[in-house]
Amino acid sequence: MIANLAFYLFSFILLASAVMVVTSRNPVHAVLFLILGFVNAAVLFLLAGAEFLAFILAIVYVGAVAVLFLFVVMMLDVDFAALNEGFQRYAPVGALVALIMFAELAFIAGSWAIAPAGSADRLFPVPTDVTNTVALGQLIYTSYLPLFQLSGVILLVAMIGAIVLTHRDRRRSLHQNLAKQHARTPAQTLAMVPAKLGEGATLPAPQPEKETL
Amino acid sequence: MLIPLSHYLVVSAVLLVIGIFGIFMNRKNIIVIMMSIELILLAANLNFVAFSGALHDMVGQVFTMFVLTVAAAESAIGLAILVIYFRNRGSIEVEDVTLMKG
Repeated sequence: MIANLAFYLFSFILLASAVMVVTSRNPVHAVLFLILGFVNAAVLFLLAGAEFLAFILAIVYVGAVAVLFLFVVMMLDVDFAALNEGFQRYAPVGALVALIMFAELAFIAGSWAIAPAGSADRLFPVPTDVTNTVALGQLIYTSYLPLFQLSGVILLVAMIGAIVLTHRDRRRSLHQNLAKQHARTPAQTLAMVPAKLGEGATLPAPQPEKETL
Repeated sequence: MLIPLSHYLVVSAVLLVIGIFGIFMNRKNIIVIMMSIELILLAANLNFVAFSGALHDMVGQVFTMFVLTVAAAESAIGLAILVIYFRNRGSIEVEDVTLMKG
């Protein structure tokens, strides 16, 4: 009973915040509503028994992806009023497409049932003796190890790609030029000066080294 | 599972529809379009997790994790492209991105 109540409450907040994400004029508000929606979706995951994924959603999505969105929205100095101007023009088409899509999904939901013998076809039934995290770990480190490694590669590619795309080398800092260092000869930098007794040596004026960057 | 599967399916269907509606509604603002894509992926994840709970099968949760990974990578790359596009053009209007047409 209380689980049902929690489900309705959190799914209502999730859907309301999703509506606010797509309709709010200020993108900062949209990102904050997206964060609220993700937190509520994490609670729905928890109610469905996927504890580990609920935490992953809260940590990775709220903590990283949504904050990345917030960072980009705040960093870019965008004229958001100009971006919102086609709002009313596109809303009827969008509502029509959304309604048709929802009607199709409702038709599917109305005439659909799980096959009675379907539970025999389960690949990996949920174990009852271990926690959800252990059960997930037992799968992703054994049967799904190649896919798990591949998802790590995808994240690595995304990280390198994002750095390569956005890194801007302004050449303000001092860089080490290895070729230049290796090309130096003693004739360029050393001068033999005969020092007379009691007078010392007067150094020739150093040639200014031209910076080629 | 405590909650009937059909409730979860209705919630995720509505979430998917809201995401699609958001893409149509914010035709110009690519940041909100990316957030709508996140909502659509969240709806897919909710379906995966709901079926996993209803059928007592772990595979749904494993695939949810992979979908989360790909979605995180997608949004990171998308935002990076957005940042360099804004740096070059000074705007993020979707309609301006026609320069790549041959």
